[in-house]
Amino acid sequence: MSDDTPAIGIQDLEFAWPGKPPILDIPALSIARGERVFLRGPSGSGKSTLLGLVGGVLVPQRGAVRLLGTDLATLGPGERDRLRGEQVGFVFQMFNLIPYLGLLENVLLPAQFSPARAARVPGGDLAAEGRRLLTALGLGSPELLARPVTELSIGQQQRVAAARALFGRPSVLVADEPTSALDHDTREGFLRLLMDECRAQGSTLLFVSHDTSLGPLFDRVLSLTDLNRAATPASAAA
Amino acid sequence: MKTLSLALRSLANRRTTALLTLCAIAVSVALLLGVQKLRTAARDGFANTVSGVDLIVGARSGQINLLLYSVFRVGDATANVSWDTYQKVARRSDVAWTIPLSLGDSHRGYRVLGTNLDYFGHYRFAGGRELTFEGGKPFADLYDAVLGAEVARALGYKVGDPIVIAHGLGNVSFAQHEDKPFRVVGILARTGTPVDRTVHVSLEAITAIHVDWQSGMRALPGGRVDAEAARAMDLTPDSITAFMVGMQNRVMTFGLQRAVNEYRQEPLLAIMPGVALTQLWNLVGIADTALMIVAAFVVLAGLLGMLTAILTSLNERRREMAILRSVGARPRHVFALLVTEAGLLAAGGVAAGVALCYGLMYAAKPLLERRFGLFLEPGGLTGYDIGLLASIVAAALLMGALPAWRAYRNTLADGLTPRV
Repeated sequence: MSDDTPAIGIQDLEFAWPGKPPILDIPALSIARGERVFLRGPSGSGKSTLLGLVGGVLVPQRGAVRLLGTDLATLGPGERDRLRGEQVGFVFQMFNLIPYLGLLENVLLPAQFSPARAARVPGGDLAAEGRRLLTALGLGSPELLARPVTELSIGQQQRVAAARALFGRPSVLVADEPTSALDHDTREGFLRLLMDECRAQGSTLLFVSHDTSLGPLFDRVLSLTDLNRAATPASAAA
Repeated sequence: MKTLSLALRSLANRRTTALLTLCAIAVSVALLLGVQKLRTAARDGFANTVSGVDLIVGARSGQINLLLYSVFRVGDATANVSWDTYQKVARRSDVAWTIPLSLGDSHRGYRVLGTNLDYFGHYRFAGGRELTFEGGKPFADLYDAVLGAEVARALGYKVGDPIVIAHGLGNVSFAQHEDKPFRVVGILARTGTPVDRTVHVSLEAITAIHVDWQSGMRALPGGRVDAEAARAMDLTPDSITAFMVGMQNRVMTFGLQRAVNEYRQEPLLAIMPGVALTQLWNLVGIADTALMIVAAFVVLAGLLGMLTAILTSLNERRREMAILRSVGARPRHVFALLVTEAGLLAAGGVAAGVALCYGLMYAAKPLLERRFGLFLEPGGLTGYDIGLLASIVAAALLMGALPAWRAYRNTLADGLTPRV
């Protein structure tokens, strides 16, 4: 796992849901460490499936998905879960938070399941690191921290989710339409905070969205319809 | 540890459903434990219908038959025991005391028992409790009667009231001993045993009221003896129905039992009441087993309610499971989380149920003793109780495996993006 291996490497990947035609057929995709990539794709183009494959929750029928140089197919399910917990942080479109846990508890959740994530916290003070991340994302006020997560605005919830995804310095941060539930003004603010924190931690960012207006903020913009040979003309046009 | 705290927080988040589920389990557990405790109390109470008595001696018949008529006042003796034989046994050096029992008459459906003052001194029930008087005192005069608690309550008698004893056992008897009326001098406190349904008079009184009777018929007017004249006569009975024996030393019980059973002059039977009571309980105790089975099914219903509650929550929690997976939880963590929830609900329910049951037992104890003569000793949880409660939690964990398995499957199928 030297630093010149790509954070995410995909080769000759083919995936089909049971009983359906292949939804993904990607000859090659490589994302370097620390790179911030915008992956554009309309809904139904297989974005979520691709993220499932990168996260090691799904296994391709053919080809390889390498996470930090490790071919996920060579790992058992438990090993893939462990690797995902250690190395990947996720932010989804919405409903990212466990409703019955507090703000800080939600952020500290990865440490519960991944000792490696906890071990990477400088100084070992998990709560302090959680508060630092929340503060960096503009959620540091004690009044906010005391609130149930269900009472936060969607924008605030997404920032808590981002703090959790960044907690324990995962190598890769995968964001699946994290801004689509936000209004236009908060969208760019959220993205800048996310990118600043990724840069500070040296995390690779794979940002998936259909909103092309955000593209210019990234190092590289990719189109899933271009990468994916299984893409149908209909979905390409959408 | 993290699974436990997550499960607790998750349950707290759904506290209404969780509390209701917990209550359902608690009530069912309280019922089961209550039935178990009552059953023990009933069995102990039954086995203690008479205690401290080492042998009961009557004419030779069956063990249960002798027990039924001498202790429970049910059925009739086939024959009597002669006074001489009774005296022979009573005077033995290994015998500490005897209580003669003479049955055959009744008062408005309640049996009349002729005995002596040793009855009030030596009779024990419910593990050594003595007979106590709620009012009045033991009989002293020939025509004194002492009533059991239920007789007094049902017929509304108080100390000083006159009563007339009927000849024979019918509820409505045409042959009354109205020429020799009795006076109530004492009323016993409730015992929860057949003593409550008994009218006690002296042995001499039984002889006195029959002194001018022959072959079940009262003598013709010319041969009648009035109440006052009877006092002057020798009222030692010729025979009694049965008698209870207390030994100087319990070890000698077997010796006397054999001696009585092998007695040549008269066919007799001596039984140990504890043994006979246990035999009888085995006959009538089936009902309490049925009650226990019903209670067990109520617990099962409570657990099924829990299963339903957890299963219905699964769909709305798919998102929650996907989030847990995205932060590194394995499917087995999800499985463990749900089994833990089931375990917590059951353990909480069992604990609340035990508390509820003990609360009710302490609250109901005075009432049960007063109204039903059921002496409930809540005591601690016996090994059997603990086993019973543990098996409820174990069953809940086992049942929790069903939603857990479904969540596990969902988790595998959903990955990070549940399709709901």
